[in-house]
Amino acid sequence: MSSATEIAAAIRAGQQTAVETLEKSYSSIAARDEEINSFLHLTKSRAQAQAAVIDAKVAAGEDPGPLAGVPVAIKDNMCTRGEPTTCSSKILEGWRPPYDATVIGRLEAAGAVIVGKTNLDEFAMGSSTENSAFGPTRNPHDTTRVPGGSSGGSAAAVAAEFVPLSLGSDTGGSIRQPAALCGVVGVKPTYGAVSRYGLIAFASSLDQIGPFAANVTDAALCLDVISGHDAQDATSIPEALAPTLPSLNDGVAGMRIAVIEELVGEGIDDDVCARTNEAADALAAAGATVERVSIPATIYGLAAYYLIAPAEASSNLARFDGVRYGQRVDGENVAAMNVATRSAGFGDEVKRRIMLGTYALSSGYYDAYYGKAQRVRTLIANEFAAAYENFDLLLSPTSPSTAFEIGAKSDPMALYMCDVCTIPSNLAGHPAISVPFGFGDDGLPVGVQVLAPMLDEAKMFRAAKVLEGAAPIPKAGA
Amino acid sequence: MSGEISPDEVAHVASLARLRIADDELETFTEQLCAVLETADALNSLDLSDVPPMAQPYPLANVVRPDVIVPSLDREEVLAQAPDAQDGRFRVPPALGEAP
Repeated sequence: MSSATEIAAAIRAGQQTAVETLEKSYSSIAARDEEINSFLHLTKSRAQAQAAVIDAKVAAGEDPGPLAGVPVAIKDNMCTRGEPTTCSSKILEGWRPPYDATVIGRLEAAGAVIVGKTNLDEFAMGSSTENSAFGPTRNPHDTTRVPGGSSGGSAAAVAAEFVPLSLGSDTGGSIRQPAALCGVVGVKPTYGAVSRYGLIAFASSLDQIGPFAANVTDAALCLDVISGHDAQDATSIPEALAPTLPSLNDGVAGMRIAVIEELVGEGIDDDVCARTNEAADALAAAGATVERVSIPATIYGLAAYYLIAPAEASSNLARFDGVRYGQRVDGENVAAMNVATRSAGFGDEVKRRIMLGTYALSSGYYDAYYGKAQRVRTLIANEFAAAYENFDLLLSPTSPSTAFEIGAKSDPMALYMCDVCTIPSNLAGHPAISVPFGFGDDGLPVGVQVLAPMLDEAKMFRAAKVLEGAAPIPKAGA
Repeated sequence: MSGEISPDEVAHVASLARLRIADDELETFTEQLCAVLETADALNSLDLSDVPPMAQPYPLANVVRPDVIVPSLDREEVLAQAPDAQDGRFRVPPALGEAP
């Protein structure tokens, strides 16, 4: 499939139609998604209506927008009015939201065509997309392997070339890690840069929506469309994010960049470390000064995250009580109905995190667990701030390994370790992007991560663009 | 703090969260929760006495919107998605009575 940039240009110029572009996307999905399982639901009639509107605008001499006719897939934890939105959970099976998430409106206003909803780990809790009530998604590069998670369906849909763009959500790495494992670009923007209105909350102080794309330019194009202040989200930051596209090709000459020492050693596979060091060399060759920096608190990120995220989740998921939406299992009174509904509707990982969070917040343990984790969060943010006094950007691997076999990590702690490189950005609220950079010893894609200070996405994208030009592009499409 | 939580505590936490854990699952959940809490023990080695807690990365205070009436969600559309509704309201089993 062509890039989003090429598709939009061709449709705006009248060289191809949105309707035929959509048909091509659906036929590629029909040909291979039975095997990949990236989509839970296709929004066909809504997509066909939107494509017809785009074509009519072009015919009338109007500009349908920068994403004119571009097929986009949406992680199934973002609300789409009248279309199923499940969070890959039985508890929301059959629910059709009465409103659209803000990002859906922004994409459609820019001309994009929403083709369907993608698979995820239940309520975005997981790192492999195996933990879905509707079956695992498979990695298009090797269908015996996981695509990563939790936004595995959105990553796989781009890697398989079903769509050029998709949206995911990233709470501890859920966009960047699957992007790395599927050989595509994945962006976690600054916390508050993209509206969370209509994103079904997992951990509200960490969650952020961002794009997947097959290349850095398309990711920049999409981020520029979806970012911006939204009064519907009380945590939306007031200032607009500077657009990333205009300076995309400005390079890294004169930039000071540092590799995070703690993330290229113990616990990270040798081939992944090697690719990360090669990425550093590529940035140096392009004129950046590249050094190493120690950020000791990063090693405490995982422990802090697995207290903070479950604590927030235990509160957020209290709303699934069988009263207002989704499934209900009857009981003799409200409390019995709540217990029966939640016990039948949630999967084991969701139950684990709800219990962990409830415990971490409970009387007598609050200070020891949740309170302490919040202080560690400050420590991490402070150490990053100190590093950014000396450096423009930081560099690290995205994932400790390439894609692993489906079923290989049955122990929850083993899966949690997948997030060790990505979690610090969520805790600090900073942006980060994963870019494919070569392959591991097993021939599967490796992703490297560029980290930037809050609101410095434009600079981050410049480095990502340089890295993209310095390594082979992974191909897994038909 | 230490990475210890007993099966009884897990059952108690589950009931607080309105979850029922089957007896044969209790041991597995307890082991798994202990493993996560053990990693949290690593935080004990840090001196955090002078470090303030951080609730969210981009502090905004008193976020308000203009006091203007705007349309809310369509009531019929919302209630159509509820498990049970009657007379324009959500319908639930009796709220009073013994807790489970």
